[in-house]
Amino acid sequence: MSSDHDNNYRLILMVWSSLLILTGAEVLLAYQSMSVAVMLGLLLLLSFGKAGLITAYFMHLRYERLSLVLTIVPAVAFCIAMMFIVFPDGLRILEFRQ
Amino acid sequence: MAEIVSDTRVSAWGGGESPYAVSSNKLGMWLFLMSDTLTFTAFLITYSYLRLANVDWPRPFGGFSILMATVMTFCLLSSSLTMVLAVAAAKRQEIRQAVIWLIATIGGGVLFMILHVNEWLELIHEGVTPFGNPWGVPLFGASFFALTGLHMTHVTGGVVYLAIVAYGLGKGKLGSDDVEVSGLYWHFVDLIWMFIFPMVYLLSNQM
Repeated sequence: MSSDHDNNYRLILMVWSSLLILTGAEVLLAYQSMSVAVMLGLLLLLSFGKAGLITAYFMHLRYERLSLVLTIVPAVAFCIAMMFIVFPDGLRILEFRQ
Repeated sequence: MAEIVSDTRVSAWGGGESPYAVSSNKLGMWLFLMSDTLTFTAFLITYSYLRLANVDWPRPFGGFSILMATVMTFCLLSSSLTMVLAVAAAKRQEIRQAVIWLIATIGGGVLFMILHVNEWLELIHEGVTPFGNPWGVPLFGASFFALTGLHMTHVTGGVVYLAIVAYGLGKGKLGSDDVEVSGLYWHFVDLIWMFIFPMVYLLSNQM
């Protein structure tokens, strides 16, 4: 029981430090020169990784029943993916203006 | 006869069962967070779309602003860590310890709010309003204040919520389940900042 508790404690600390490291990586990335679209893509990728860690371990979703996970995650992921449709249009406007 | 009818209708969804194996409070919180995710996504995509489509988008965030925003990220991430510890302590029925961790979480939230308000005041002082700014695309102020304002409302609400939970837990009126549900909300506020920080601050930094 006690070692179980220690293991959980270590896991949570590992998740927390990974989140800090990913944040540091994002800050470093922000000072590299690249096009804004590539930068947005890379930052989004890292952020989704962080969001995954938070929901899985901090919000405990990894340990919930599969039925709850399947109710929450795919619907939200689908709606977010649909909203991403506007990004190609943003790039098209940028091309017109340049 | 009655037995046959009930046999054919046995289903996890028929009532009297808990298909998700969570309390109704927790399910309710998850459903709220689902809808809130989509609200924030709309605000975040509005900001990122405008950022992408405008070559003359203002880039007001200098090294100090980025440093402050990184410290704010650290505050929220650490308050999430103390929240996890509060939930774990409450589950072990160590009420005193749980209340202490909850107060630490509130402390992280309050520190975040102070730094954020300070940053808003600086921007307002430089002339950024929801209707314009000295540097270019007027929509910067509108989308920035709408997004960070909505997030700040959530942080403020979360601090009040956690204070009520800490008080109720200390008085014995609320249990470990209530701490867990408030934890979900607090982690969500943290999660949203994990998108605001790169999308708003890092994409509009002064190179």
